[in-house]
Amino acid sequence: MTATLLLIQTLNGLQFGLILFLIAAGLTLVFGVMDFINLAHGVQYMIGAYLIAAFSAWTGSFGWGLVLALPTALAFGLLLEVLIFRHLYERDHLDQVLATFGVILFLNQGVKFVWGAAPLSVPVPEILSGSVEIADGLLYPVYRLAIIAAGLLVAALLYVLVNYTRVGMLVRAGATNPQMVSALGVNIKRLFMIVFGFGAMLAGFAGAMVAPILSVQPGMGDNILILAFVVIVIGGIGSIRGAFLAALLIGLVDTIGRSFAPNLLRLVLDPSAASQTGRAIAPMLIYIFMAAVLFFRPSGLFPVKR
Amino acid sequence: MAEPLLELRSLRKAYGALAVTDDVSLSIRPGELHAIIGPNGAGKTTLIHQISGMLPSDSGQILFDGENVTHLSMPQRVRRGLARSFQITSILPGFSALENVALAVQARHGSSFRFFGNAAQEQALNEPAMQHLNTVGLGGRASIPAGLLSHGEKRQLELAIALATEPKLLLLDEPLAGTGHEESLRVVETLRRLKGRITIVLIEHDMDAVFSLADRVSVVVYGRVIATDTPESVRANEDVRTAYLGEEETV
Amino acid sequence: MTELTGTQTAPAPSSGMRIDIIPIILFAAFAAAPLLASASGAEGYVLSLLTRVMIFGLAAMSLDLILGYGALVSFGHAAFLGIGAYAVGILASHGVEDALIQIPVALAASALFALATGAISLRTKGVYFIMITLAFAQMLFFLATSLGPYGGDDGMTLPTRSLVAGAGFLENDYAFYAATLLCLIGAYLLSRAIVTSRFGRVLRGTKENAVRMEAIGFQPFRFQLAAYVVSGMIAGLAGCLMANQAEFISPAFMTWQRSGELIFMVVLGGLGSLHGAIIGAAAFLLLEEFLPEMLHAASFFLNDDVRWRLTENWQMAFGPILILIVLFARGGIMGVLRRGSHG
Ligand SMILES: Nc1ncnc2c1ncn2[C@@H]1O[C@H](COP(=O)(O)OP(=O)(O)OP(=O)(O)O)[C@@H](O)[C@H]1O
Ligand SMILES: [Mg+2]
Repeated sequence: MTATLLLIQTLNGLQFGLILFLIAAGLTLVFGVMDFINLAHGVQYMIGAYLIAAFSAWTGSFGWGLVLALPTALAFGLLLEVLIFRHLYERDHLDQVLATFGVILFLNQGVKFVWGAAPLSVPVPEILSGSVEIADGLLYPVYRLAIIAAGLLVAALLYVLVNYTRVGMLVRAGATNPQMVSALGVNIKRLFMIVFGFGAMLAGFAGAMVAPILSVQPGMGDNILILAFVVIVIGGIGSIRGAFLAALLIGLVDTIGRSFAPNLLRLVLDPSAASQTGRAIAPMLIYIFMAAVLFFRPSGLFPVKR
Repeated sequence: MAEPLLELRSLRKAYGALAVTDDVSLSIRPGELHAIIGPNGAGKTTLIHQISGMLPSDSGQILFDGENVTHLSMPQRVRRGLARSFQITSILPGFSALENVALAVQARHGSSFRFFGNAAQEQALNEPAMQHLNTVGLGGRASIPAGLLSHGEKRQLELAIALATEPKLLLLDEPLAGTGHEESLRVVETLRRLKGRITIVLIEHDMDAVFSLADRVSVVVYGRVIATDTPESVRANEDVRTAYLGEEETV
Repeated sequence: MTELTGTQTAPAPSSGMRIDIIPIILFAAFAAAPLLASASGAEGYVLSLLTRVMIFGLAAMSLDLILGYGALVSFGHAAFLGIGAYAVGILASHGVEDALIQIPVALAASALFALATGAISLRTKGVYFIMITLAFAQMLFFLATSLGPYGGDDGMTLPTRSLVAGAGFLENDYAFYAATLLCLIGAYLLSRAIVTSRFGRVLRGTKENAVRMEAIGFQPFRFQLAAYVVSGMIAGLAGCLMANQAEFISPAFMTWQRSGELIFMVVLGGLGSLHGAIIGAAAFLLLEEFLPEMLHAASFFLNDDVRWRLTENWQMAFGPILILIVLFARGGIMGVLRRGSHG
């Protein structure tokens, strides 16, 4: 019983971790290359979910919805970059935090303005519905497996992109030494736009992928944004590899912690107290984990050399 | 000869493959004015960073006043009497010149964990601060926000701040850089008066100043000390001439 | 003239002692407001709005202490509001209803939380600090939502307002207003003393140039941590008041949006003047109060459906306001006032 539960929760944790990675990747790149803290990254995720809801309802197909949603998310990210964010790169972090917080305030209400306050739901695409047997008698939804696969695929793609392309090389160089990159005569503005748009699209993609299993609602990007922060802080700001490992860690610790903390505490406490404290501690686990990491390594597990 | 006040033993600092300071050993005697000269990029500022504790050293030891301070933080070293100025001016631009110095006095005297009383009006802090300002010739500019002082005045202010920490050893990183002729004379004059009272390590490109002030001169080239001697002998030293002074004198 | 002799004496200090007229007007207005409130006919509404303004002013001012004077961008300040509120709520639900116990407990809890999280956060720099304070506050938020016995997600209603030495006079809105005003003025005077003191001067110096401060022998960490603790305690006090005013506590007191709003208030009022933060809080809450109507009036040309939706989602307007302030009006309201008074 516990073993199967553990298996399921591990898969869930993996899936959650990969979604977190999709969001954190853009965040950590944008921060690493531009020294820009973007709170509005979470609303890009929300926008992705709303776009897939709108487009899949319009086209009647999740696939076509995704085809339309991704470029729209990209375009939306670029629009924000041109209108607001690019005026903030030279500002201090406080300004960046405030202005991007303003974007959140606006968009969280803005989606209500357009789509209403009630949550939208997106049906699971036909071919990915149903479940498969992953161990004897143990069913797991195909769609969640698909998310895991998509997440791993994007991670691999990103790895290749960052390590083996010219843009990737500039991004890595930019994260370690921004002055040098601009001294090389690279068009920094364009590089920023590419990185930014790409990050926005990744977050939008994450939002689109989870739309069928979560409800699409205003503010859905807020909590995940903070988790993404935890991820990039633990991973080391600017490090894709750090973000990947930290995202999986956080995904697993959070998911498994929530279902097993009460059980584990039962070993030392009486059952009712165990479930009480278990439920209280579980959501704090990742933050405690983060605090522990930072206490020993103030710039994360994989600090990018500056 | 008395115990050295500052002793460097095989100090080294490298950025990647580039050893910026390499096997630097030096003894600074109490009371002397010890100049360090060397071409641009020789590693002089880096050495000051290492001595003052702003940069950790890769290897080697720093002994100050008989104590191993290699692993102490900058504030800890300052409180033991090791003060410095910066090559690139570092002041509190929004504070008045007087307050810049008064803060250093405050760091030296009494607790700063006092939550009441207007610090800006404490005569016990302002009077010594004023004296230090007068010492460097900035008395008349005490109430001007430091950010509005001229470049040369900022250099003088740096000196006053360093003095206010009541150092046994003063590390000065190019105090004359960028000052006008008159200001530079004033700083040299100030240093001459301080000489003997405080031990000074002076990094400077102005050779007239160096040779008129220094008791001893060390020459640093590519991170290594190639000579340490009296000004006269250094001037006569063949190695130094070829490595450094030669270039200078052909100009 | 080569040198000025020791006859120069210290000039008058450049900051701190000028008697500032704005805070005096501000507190006088708060003191006089109840009189007007009773004449207005809607005294319950006016009193409670103004009490709320003062409580948020207190919280925003505590944030200004570290943000405006220490350049510490804490994005988790609402956590302290939560600590203060839950201290009152939890104690009250166990029958401890006296403020003379509740408030010290709340202050101690705030100080402890600030000490623990500050010691970790302040080891990091810049943007890490922002994210970590945010994360710690979020941790506390989730803790509160899981506190089943104390209302969990939904929060919990307090049986009564706190007693003071056994007396229940805070039930009276005027008395509660007066008590809040006293807390605000007290905290203001304390904060004012701190920023002009030796301690505050080190804090301000660290904000301007931390390396310089280290080079004269200060360890910024200790001062920043102490300031963080003091600031957290003042915010904790605001939390106690907030719980009492609402006679209700809930995790919503410490959402991260609330932390963001506190920064918004400080910047709206103007960083680094203390009373600016109070003015910013007032401006923010008044906007919140009247923005729906203003939007409704301003959108007369739109059709009814759009107009209704706009009014319904009035908070949307905060976003652009905030962005415009950041991009074009860094000094906030105090900046405008200052520019006005310098012609
Ligand atoms: N952070 C760093 N990373 C890499 N190299 C550095 C760094 N800081 C200094 N260097 C290099 O170390 C060398 C020594 O620099 P340093 O500033 O100590 O020289 P200096 O003797 O003070 O020169 P100057 O007379 O121009 O002030 C230079 O070649 C410089 O480029
Ligand atoms: Mg130098």
